[in-house]
Amino acid sequence: MKQLLTGNEAIARGAWEAGVCFASAYPGTPSTEITEAIAGYGEVNAEWAPNEKVALEVGIGAALGGVRTLVCMKHVGLNVAADPFCTLSYTGISAGLVLICADDPAMHSSQNEQDNRYYARLAKVPMLEPSTSQEAKDFVKLAFEMSEKFDTPVMVRVTTRISHSRGIVELKPRKSLARKVFKPDPKKYVMVPSNARMRHRVVVERQKNIAEYGEKSPINAIEPGKGDIGVVSAGVAYQYAREVFPQAHFLKIGLSNPLPKEMVRKFAKGKKKIYVVEELEPFMEEQIAAMGIAVEGKSRLPEIDELNPDVVRDGFVKKRKPHKADVVEGLPNRPPNLCPGCPHRGLFSAIKPLKLVIFGDIGCYTLSVLPPLSTHDSCVCMGASIGMSHGYSKVGGNTTQKSVGVLGDSTFMHSGLTGVMEMAYNKGSNTVIILDNRTTAMTGGQNHPGTARTLKGEDTVSLNLEEVCRALGVKRVFRVNPFEVKATREVVKREVSIEEPSVVISTAPCPLIFKVKSAPLAVDADKCKECGACLKINCPALTKRGEKAFIVDYLCNGCGVCGQICPFDAIGVPASK
Amino acid sequence: MKTASTEKKAAGKATSKEPIDILIVGVGGQGIILASRIISQALVYAGYDVKQSEVHGMAQRGGAVSSHIRAGEKVYSPLIPYDSARYMLSFESLEALRYMSYIYAGSTVLLNDQKIDPPSVASGQQQYPPDVIERIKKKAKDVRVIPAADVAFELGNERVVNVILTGALAGNLPVSRKIWMKTLSELVPAKLMEINTKAFERGMQFSNR
Repeated sequence: MKQLLTGNEAIARGAWEAGVCFASAYPGTPSTEITEAIAGYGEVNAEWAPNEKVALEVGIGAALGGVRTLVCMKHVGLNVAADPFCTLSYTGISAGLVLICADDPAMHSSQNEQDNRYYARLAKVPMLEPSTSQEAKDFVKLAFEMSEKFDTPVMVRVTTRISHSRGIVELKPRKSLARKVFKPDPKKYVMVPSNARMRHRVVVERQKNIAEYGEKSPINAIEPGKGDIGVVSAGVAYQYAREVFPQAHFLKIGLSNPLPKEMVRKFAKGKKKIYVVEELEPFMEEQIAAMGIAVEGKSRLPEIDELNPDVVRDGFVKKRKPHKADVVEGLPNRPPNLCPGCPHRGLFSAIKPLKLVIFGDIGCYTLSVLPPLSTHDSCVCMGASIGMSHGYSKVGGNTTQKSVGVLGDSTFMHSGLTGVMEMAYNKGSNTVIILDNRTTAMTGGQNHPGTARTLKGEDTVSLNLEEVCRALGVKRVFRVNPFEVKATREVVKREVSIEEPSVVISTAPCPLIFKVKSAPLAVDADKCKECGACLKINCPALTKRGEKAFIVDYLCNGCGVCGQICPFDAIGVPASK
Repeated sequence: MKTASTEKKAAGKATSKEPIDILIVGVGGQGIILASRIISQALVYAGYDVKQSEVHGMAQRGGAVSSHIRAGEKVYSPLIPYDSARYMLSFESLEALRYMSYIYAGSTVLLNDQKIDPPSVASGQQQYPPDVIERIKKKAKDVRVIPAADVAFELGNERVVNVILTGALAGNLPVSRKIWMKTLSELVPAKLMEINTKAFERGMQFSNR
């Protein structure tokens, strides 16, 4: 049977066909849907972990517990999970363990575009790079075979265009496997220095064996063509290159770490030019150049952004001349925005007049950086807001301009706890605001340890934010309703002025996920003095008709924040309705 | 610029599965993802190799959204090269202008006349471009304006704009009515099948065929 599947759905299907019984992940674009899809298979126990490090650790335990295990994350998630990842390479596995890493070239929804292929080299872990949905499925299955054959975790690296593109996939039945029984083996699993020294030797030897395997496996393939140009490529870049060089010789790499060097040498022989077509860093190019083979790659292609057929053609064939109608100067941009009725708009409208330095974090709330709301001073990584705000205030930053750390509930679970612990322990005086919308909103509304629901939809305990913050040593913990703008402002204003650490929990459910909607509001044109204050909260439902403010009723969520901002009481529920 | 697909078109060679590149553009929340799924799935049923690509994440929050659908005997890149989208289906008026690079003189542009103000227009800092159709016509001759929001209003459900537009494109594609109906019934909820069938058929009236 054939089906049109996204790369993410195909990965989940491949893992299921491979007999996977356990999956763990923290949501992150573009990887989120893999775990959502695999949770739909009854045979698979799938979990949202609080962060990627925990997800991988749980995965390691499950693999040692004897079942094939899938762990998924986005590229920056592997930074969080890098600690277990690099040592897991030494211990190896028991049942197969595959780590899916979804990179985001062009940063469609990320804070950087690091090329995680280097992690595979760093940890000396084999890495597969599928170029279609069909390959995504097939490679995941092969990854499990390799994982058990070579006693290693295997990384499957995809990118946004693999994860979120649909292609035709042939479906196969599930392989049924018996659970392996864990055999204690301290020399293999207990990484004290004496054991780790031995294991590092094993890892180096293993990589040699995998390299040999890669020379013979059909996962790497020479595809003969015409002419004297040879193209080396992997992942979605291969598909772009195929389109641009329909006739050329190709070396299609599926196992890109370790590279099949003998195959590369054989391929390069007799060719006038070798082109390496790869996204982001010159990962393969530098290794091939180091073998003494003349290659062209990043001299012709950018190291930033994602590729597409046009970028490849521009670099290697001929630069396209844009049509004069293509250049549309001054076209109004359409950046993503906080939704109508988003509680974050209430919170930021409340604290904006306080002129605080706002250390932000990773989540929907970062969208409030856009003008005219313009309420963010930093965004680095998950959980950074708390430590940054603490550091800023510790060196006296707060004597001139008060700061706050602002992060979401899911982000707080992910890596905010240690920040709060730090702030309390080291006698901080700053304020943390937790934007508690009861979900992981940015990635589409996933459950987390505070939602009382598991990924499989079961009821469970819910982490109590107030109690946790108090237990971490913060005495001043308060809850506010962000739709009560003035009251929220007063609480934050008071807390930033008190020389003690504090946490303000701003609670209101995400209207997109929980489908919260009240009757739409309207502007009373007679009362509107055209001051524009309401437009500064950047609500999609608010616009202008002539010089007067106007609410587009089908977009309005009825949250009432604009009405509290209006100095002339011109916004409310229309009398006729 | 010539691409593999445009060269084939230029040669006018009637292969059984001539490549068809379709670009759908609009604003997050307009139902572009469902429309893309319906069109891609129908092309699969019609025997094409199909790839479809879109970007999730930030784009869902009212940002600009684009979806690439490529069909043919064998499709490589999931992204359409510039100057080669046979069809552009624009769910929102000015969004068509953002993706002009993808169309060529022989493209058919199906334009929903709905206007959704971007933030800079809503706050009065910028003007909504008054000459969208004229600008598109500088590159592609065949521009068809579809009042999808008005039709949806007549049908009594503003949420069916995406299916009306899908219908408007559908009539141009080498896919049978039977396949479209099968695909629709698989991808829209059963209780909404009746209204969506009506919407699809009203949309089809805007096609040439």
